[in-house]
Amino acid sequence: MCVEISKGAFGDFGGMFVPEILVPTLLDLERAFEESCGDRSFASEFEGLLREYAGRETPLYRCRNLAGDTGVKIYLKREDLLHGGAHKTNQVIGQALLARRMGKTRLIAETGAGQHGVATALAGALFKMRTRVYMGSKDMARQAQNVFRMRLMGAEVTPVETGSRSLKDAINEALRDWSESYADTHYLLGTAAGPHPFPTIVREFQRVIGREAKRQILEAEGRLPDAVFACVGGGSNAIGMFADFIDEPSVRLIGVEPAGHGLHTEKHGATIERGRPGILHGSYSYLLQDEDGQIHESHSISAGLDYPGVGAQHSHLHSTGRAEYVGITDREAVDAFALLSREEGIIPALESAHALAHALKCANEAGPPRVFIVNLSGRGDKDIEQVAPYISLEARHP
Amino acid sequence: MTTRYKALFEELQKNGEGAFIPFVMLGDPNMDESASIIETLVKSGADALELGIPFSDPVADGPVIQTAANRALESGITPDGCFKIIENFRMKNDTIPIGLLVYANLVIGRGARNFYSRAAKSGVDSVLIADVPTLASGSFVEYARDAGIDAVFIAPPNADDAKLREIAGLTCGYTYFLGRSGVTGADREMSAPLSSRIALLKSSGAPPVVVGFGISKPEHVRASLEAGADGAIAGSATVAIIERRLDDRDLMHEELARFVKDMKSATKGKG
Repeated sequence: MCVEISKGAFGDFGGMFVPEILVPTLLDLERAFEESCGDRSFASEFEGLLREYAGRETPLYRCRNLAGDTGVKIYLKREDLLHGGAHKTNQVIGQALLARRMGKTRLIAETGAGQHGVATALAGALFKMRTRVYMGSKDMARQAQNVFRMRLMGAEVTPVETGSRSLKDAINEALRDWSESYADTHYLLGTAAGPHPFPTIVREFQRVIGREAKRQILEAEGRLPDAVFACVGGGSNAIGMFADFIDEPSVRLIGVEPAGHGLHTEKHGATIERGRPGILHGSYSYLLQDEDGQIHESHSISAGLDYPGVGAQHSHLHSTGRAEYVGITDREAVDAFALLSREEGIIPALESAHALAHALKCANEAGPPRVFIVNLSGRGDKDIEQVAPYISLEARHP
Repeated sequence: MTTRYKALFEELQKNGEGAFIPFVMLGDPNMDESASIIETLVKSGADALELGIPFSDPVADGPVIQTAANRALESGITPDGCFKIIENFRMKNDTIPIGLLVYANLVIGRGARNFYSRAAKSGVDSVLIADVPTLASGSFVEYARDAGIDAVFIAPPNADDAKLREIAGLTCGYTYFLGRSGVTGADREMSAPLSSRIALLKSSGAPPVVVGFGISKPEHVRASLEAGADGAIAGSATVAIIERRLDDRDLMHEELARFVKDMKSATKGKG
C-alpha cells in the first residue's frame, strides 16, 4: 500500500498527515526554517551557541582498549560530552532559535528517556520561554533523575497516563496541546520523525555530528570509515551521523534498533525490521502495528528507543538499501554498557550502548583491519538505576 | 454528494430546521450495546450519525473520546466489527446518513481502496479522516469517489480565505466546521462561529456546513445555526453520557434520548 506524499517526501515515505488545524503552523515553520537557512546571522548565532554554550565540537575518541585484539579501530563520536548529556541539545538550540524567530513564547516537547526533555528545558531557561514537557508516566518512573533536572531548569513536566504511557503517548499529548496553543507555542519535536518539516529540520540541525566526525576521521586516519553505527528510536542521532556519509558509498550506514527481549518475541521496538509502513504522528513510515493498523506498544530497556515508529528518512534509506538496520537486545545493550564503562571509563547511554554492541559484534567477525565510528549519542548516568539489577559488580580489591 | 445527505439537507431546508448529528464510538462499550445506542440516537431524533472507528492513537481527540476508543478496543472490536454494526443497522434504516470519523492508519491498514469499498457496501455515506488535511488528500479523495463515498474535510478556525475556498471545493456531503481550536471535548465550549467564515464557505460552493467541537448544549446548536450553519455535531457530550451510565443501561438510553431530543429541538424554527 502506497500513499501519495505531496509534501516532505523521502521517496515513498514522509508527508504531513496531521489535523487540518496544524497545517498552517507547520507551513509557517517550514517557511521560517527555509528563511533561516539563507540567513548568515542565524547560522552564526546557532554555531556560536553550539560552541560556547553546548561545548562543540565534540571529540572523536579512538578506543584504547575495546576491541583491541580484533584489528578494528573503534572511534566514538562523543555526543555524550555535549552540554545536557546527549546529542539532543544540538537541534533543540536550532529549533529554539526558530521558535524565537517566529515570535513564539512557549515551548512544548515530548520526551522518552528524558534527554530531549532536559535539552528543551535548558533551551527554555536560556531563551526565557515557558516550557512544558510531556512524558509517559512509565518513563517518569524509570528516568526520575531527568524529571528532576527538567524541573530544576524551570520546565513543567506533565505525566501522560494514556496508552503505553511512554514516548508514543507523550507525542500524542504534545500534538493535542499544539492544536490549541499554536498561536504562541512551538512544538519542539525531539526526533527525526513526525510530520514535515520536522524530519528535515531535525536532520539539518543534527548534521553537525556527521560533518565533524567525517573531518575528524580524515584527520586521524586519512580515510573514511568502513562503517558508522548509530542507535535508532525515532532516529535523530542516526540521521545526524549518517547525513554527511550518505553520498559516500564506501561507508556502510548501520542503524541499530532495540530488539528488546528478542526479535522473535513481541517485546521489542524494531520498527524497521519487524514493522510495516503506516501513518502515525504525521508521517508515512515503518510502524509496529497489527493487521488493521492499530499501533502496537513497543518495548525496550531504553526509554529513548521505546517507540513503535521511526523517522521517514530511515524508512527510505532502508527501502533503497543505502542503510542497514539491525537489532540489539536489552541484554546485549546492558553488556555493552558495562563493557565500555570497564574498558574505557566511559558510561554510555543505554540507547548508545545498542549501537556499540552491534559495532562490537561486527568487529569480532573475521575481516581485514577496519575503522568504525560509533555515535555515542548520550551519557549513561541517567541509566544507572535501570541497569543495576542486570549487573553484578564484584569488589575487585577486597 | 450521496443521495442520503442530499435528501436530508433538502428536507431540513424545506422545514426550516438544522441538522443535529450525534457522534459515538463504534463498539463502545461493546458491539451489542453500541448497536442499540445507535438505534436510541436515531429514534430520539438524530438527523444523521457520525460514528468513530476506535484507533489506538487518536491525536485529534480529547480525554472523553480517547477513553471511549479504549473501552471499545478493550471489548475486542475491530474495524470489521464496526462495519458489521453499520450493516446490521442499515437493514433497519436505509435513509439516515452515516458518516465515519477515522484515522488514516485504519484506512490504509488493509488497503485504502478496500476500506472505502467496504464502507460503501456497509451503507456508509461519508468518511472524514482526522489526520488527512487537504494537502495530503490526493489518493484518499480518489478512492472515496471511486467507491461512491463522500470525503468530508474539516474547516478549522485558523484557515485563511484561500484555504476555506479550497476546502469548500473539496469536501463532499457536508463541511465540518470547527467550533474552536484544540481537540474534541465538551469541557471547552465552542466560540460563536464567525458567520463571515461560514458565509465564505457557502459562497464558495461548500456543501452544508455543520459545526463540531465544543458542542454540548442546545444553545450551542442555536448559536451555530444563527451564524449560518446548517447543523451541529455533538461528540464528547454524547459519549460522556455513555461513560457516566456504564453501570445502568436503562438510564443511559433514557439520558441519551433526552439529550438528543433537547439538541434536536434547538434546530427547529431556524431563520
